[in-house]
Amino acid sequence: MPVYFTTDHEWIAVDGDIAMIGITNYAQSALGDVVYVELPAVGKTFAKGDEAAVVESVKAASEVYAAVSGTVTEVNDALVDEPAKVNAAPETDGWFLKLKLADPAELDGLMSRSAYDDYCESL
Amino acid sequence: MSAADSDPTDLRTTPLDARHRALGARMVPFAGYAMPVQYAGILAEHLHTRDKAGLFDVSHMGQVFLVGPDHATTAAALEALVPADIVNLAPGAQRYSQFLTETGGIVDDLMIHRSADPADDGRLFLVVNAGRKEIDYALLRAHLPPAVAVEVADDRALLALQGPLAVTVLTRSGADVTGMPFMTAGPATIAGIPCHVSRSGYTGEDGFEISVLATRAGELWDALLAEPEVAPVGLGARDSLRLEAGLCLHGHDINETTTPVEANLVWSIQKRRRAEGGFRGDGVVLREIAEGPKRRRVGLRLEGRAPAREGTPILSAAGADIGTVTSGGFGPSVGAPIAMGYVAAAFAAPGTPVQLLVRGKPLAATVAALPFVPARFVRKPA
Repeated sequence: MPVYFTTDHEWIAVDGDIAMIGITNYAQSALGDVVYVELPAVGKTFAKGDEAAVVESVKAASEVYAAVSGTVTEVNDALVDEPAKVNAAPETDGWFLKLKLADPAELDGLMSRSAYDDYCESL
Repeated sequence: MSAADSDPTDLRTTPLDARHRALGARMVPFAGYAMPVQYAGILAEHLHTRDKAGLFDVSHMGQVFLVGPDHATTAAALEALVPADIVNLAPGAQRYSQFLTETGGIVDDLMIHRSADPADDGRLFLVVNAGRKEIDYALLRAHLPPAVAVEVADDRALLALQGPLAVTVLTRSGADVTGMPFMTAGPATIAGIPCHVSRSGYTGEDGFEISVLATRAGELWDALLAEPEVAPVGLGARDSLRLEAGLCLHGHDINETTTPVEANLVWSIQKRRRAEGGFRGDGVVLREIAEGPKRRRVGLRLEGRAPAREGTPILSAAGADIGTVTSGGFGPSVGAPIAMGYVAAAFAAPGTPVQLLVRGKPLAATVAALPFVPARFVRKPA
């Protein structure tokens, strides 16, 4: 399953025409202890770059953006009661939402894992 | 007690900077200093402080002596700028107060200590916020009479040891502080290092603030950190601890547009000052005490899990705009989102239902009594 990354520290794992989106380990570490996650309604449609979810640590609130356009098919409801999963397993159990891709060509503009790792090194 | 960010390229450091970095702290700009915001994580540090003892570097705060010919002269001079009773401050005691503007706004909040040593007669020791210290020093120099000198103690560092086991740690380290009442201070030797120790803090816990020569701060930090009950705690947890304790952060919950009456700090204005006035801003402050302020600082508990941050609009149950959140976040010991803010006086009673407008959505909340967690100050040691 190909995985893409953004400069906003999100990952996008693509399975067919479904993109699973979450925040990276770098992002959860920078945020610190996550205490609240706000997820969109299933069926909601986002354009690329729209604010899709909110993640809040003790200190501050951050937005999670739709890295690609699409319609929400599923959200990770487990995060509502256990937001700390975002810290414990950001790139597996701590996923945020799944989108049905509107335009798979948008994936071409995203980073590979090695490009993302280089990007984090440069920060 | 205060927050003000500044240009990160020109930051000052505290004498403990290298130790913070060696501990893996995340350093952030705060009030012109590079400061540790967290070490292990804000939640863990917060809970550790409530459970055992947290060690904080607060060396960025301003420490200053006022030096006059005798206590009556120095105290009377300071009383022109603060609404607390300083003339009758007992030897060895410490008091919380505020520097006020001519219209009763809060320039800064501060601690004021009178030494118990007769040799120190005429000296007062002040601790002020990092982000306001230059303004405070200028205010003191502009308004104190020539007989009272302002001596900034730039050669001193400040550590805070906070939590229920702080007293155990200091006593084991050679300073018998068990008999010290809350809000008193005096000299003590900790791990062989001469210090000035105050039983006070800004976490709602029992604890101590320790002033020490900057040249010996590292040694003191290492000695305290070597105790098994002690963990380092950064500014992140300092903020969540003080919010749960219902304590004001200057620049957020109090500033030059808020008065001590609006901020519910009238408890810090002693009876004689309320009767006599005689301080900057007394017209507004005494009138507000008599007539009641138009708005009041309150605690807010949210029904859901979403925190409401500073700047969040506060609406009445009917949807009218009644105020603004000034501090808000997640209370690790409360286990829920909490906030403080100002509301129109008619809505300030605990239990009043309100709505907080977060990302355009009204969230149900209730005006709550402060503090959110019971204060555990040791007012009268056993």
